[in-house]
Amino acid sequence: MSKTLFDKVWDSHVVQHIENGPDVLFIDRHLVHEVTSPVAFLGLKNRGIKVLYPERTFATADHNTPTINQHLPVKDELSANQLKALEENSKAHNIPYWGLGHEKNGIVHVIGPENGITVPGATIVCGDSHTSTHGAFGAIAFGIGTSEVEMVLSTQCIMQPKPKSMRININGELSPAVTPKDVALFIISKLTTSGATGYFVEYSGEVFRNMSMEGRMTVCNLSIEMGARGGMIAPDEKTFDYIKGREFAPKGAAWDKAMTYWETLYSDSDATFDKELTFDASEIEPMITYGTNPGMGMGIQNEIPMAEQVEGGSATYRKSLAYMEFNEGEAMIGKPIDFVFLGSCTNGRIEDFRAFASIVKGRKKADNVTAWLVPGSHKVEEAIKREGILDILNEAGFELREPGCSACLAMNDDKIPAGKYAVSTSNRNFEGRQGPGARTLLASPLVAAAAAVTGKVTDPRELLELQEA
Amino acid sequence: MAYDKFNILTSSAVPLPIENVDTDQIIPARFLKATERKGFGDNLFRDWRYNSDNTPKEHFVLNNPIYSGKILVGGKNFGSGSSREHAAWAVYDYGFRCVVSSFFADIFRNNCLNIGVLPVQVSPEFLDKIFKAIEGNPDTELEVNLPEQTITLLETGEQESFAINEYKKGNLKNGFDDIDYLLNIKSNIEEFAQNTPL
Ligand code: SF4
Repeated sequence: MSKTLFDKVWDSHVVQHIENGPDVLFIDRHLVHEVTSPVAFLGLKNRGIKVLYPERTFATADHNTPTINQHLPVKDELSANQLKALEENSKAHNIPYWGLGHEKNGIVHVIGPENGITVPGATIVCGDSHTSTHGAFGAIAFGIGTSEVEMVLSTQCIMQPKPKSMRININGELSPAVTPKDVALFIISKLTTSGATGYFVEYSGEVFRNMSMEGRMTVCNLSIEMGARGGMIAPDEKTFDYIKGREFAPKGAAWDKAMTYWETLYSDSDATFDKELTFDASEIEPMITYGTNPGMGMGIQNEIPMAEQVEGGSATYRKSLAYMEFNEGEAMIGKPIDFVFLGSCTNGRIEDFRAFASIVKGRKKADNVTAWLVPGSHKVEEAIKREGILDILNEAGFELREPGCSACLAMNDDKIPAGKYAVSTSNRNFEGRQGPGARTLLASPLVAAAAAVTGKVTDPRELLELQEA
Repeated sequence: MAYDKFNILTSSAVPLPIENVDTDQIIPARFLKATERKGFGDNLFRDWRYNSDNTPKEHFVLNNPIYSGKILVGGKNFGSGSSREHAAWAVYDYGFRCVVSSFFADIFRNNCLNIGVLPVQVSPEFLDKIFKAIEGNPDTELEVNLPEQTITLLETGEQESFAINEYKKGNLKNGFDDIDYLLNIKSNIEEFAQNTPL
């Protein structure tokens, strides 16, 4: 029988199928962080059991950590407690723990791939909804709740019904200055934030084939924002090259054995999907969001849609624009902004810093802009320094912070003040997500850089053309 | 977390005839920063139950001593909103073992089933009868029979049946949550783990 990529990975991980119930799914790799794990570890303690396969779980501190002065004790008491709990739990259960300051520390979804933990055909879970990132390697990866974290720690399994399948095809070539983030925001704007609810998505076509691994991660990361359980891309030479030699990747005979499995990971040519969508690369422009959910995005040169044009709920639409203090029919270009946030598991990798630097090089940060540039991990930070990007940033008046989730969820001190506008490379523009009252415009690192040097929403193509001229 | 087996529950009930009770009301977000699953019952319906100076709001049903019991009867669309598991924890920790309503939000229903709280969905008419019966006599007893999948107003004998997935029913009857189920098939899991390619 012909199978999709998703079927192949899912079916090979089903330990047991329960009649009139969920599947018992074996989990290959589990990532934990300080915020969603303490109660799960406590559950194990109450049951008097240990973690079943500690070597399959990895712990990092990222969600509520400060991004400056990480060598000093964490001031916020609740955050400090959660960090201490993670460290102690990891120690008690023999789980590798990469706390603040550790060379492998960083955002869960950045350090997984970086260290070779993320591999094709694996099932990967974490108590964070953007776990879908790891799907870029042809893994089934998704976010779970606290009870499920406890399930995986104690039995290395979770219980879930199999989701429906969707394939999104995009062929053709992307225009200049159109990045993977724009591709993702474009898809979400077409599907809306609930368009893929109940589905697991496979991305297919030239656009994704031609993308770097970093770019594929950005796309898969945002799958959750259209309601999907997760997203994945079939592995290819690029995937294998990326993984080879990384610390936790299989080696020697184990590598050969893994490769035999990995080479079977693609959707059969006659496999069918519950839903299939196709777009053309030429339709996609640099994107920006103007509202309070990631589906409210458009090409940066466009005007904010009129409420009548928006399907259903125009009252909600107006409420959303009122929060942003934007009006229907307005252009986004030229709107003044106050903050720029480059970072998060969506766009906090080296490629994103290269893109940002390509625009700010030889220019100066606008005076009205506060910029937070937060690498996704220490390894990204290192690469930024090694490649001379830090010098470019510093010369243009930018500083680099220390790794963490930072203003993506604003659980630490990196909160955008009420009423201020931030162009952010992260993943959610919900009311208050980046701080109470904060207003978020989601965009690519190029659009963020253009805003950072001009102090307003600017089409990055203008600046790139100037450079080339 | 293990919980008591659920078989037949006979108890008086606490009425909350409000529709669309969301999980933010059941447990406000500020109680989610805990590192322990403790004391959530104290914060069940926190902002409906207490004034900002922590004195009880007299009119809220949980503060009215004439109502008690292990069954909470709520209005339509109970448990909507954020998926926080803490809402179900709070209901259980307070001492409820069963929630009756004419409609439940999906995730809340699942969260309840996994921690030993039985969500019983009845028709709007039957829900009305229950509310009226409790109004007439706060000591009115309900019998919730899981094996038979029925709920009965004991005074009048009026009865309705309810649906539940066989797997979850088995878990509740045995006092199992998903983890107990998985621990029971641990040898299968270990055997499976030996043959995974990764
Ligand atoms: S950067 Fe944001 S989305 Fe990513 S793991 Fe951290 S909090 Fe979650």
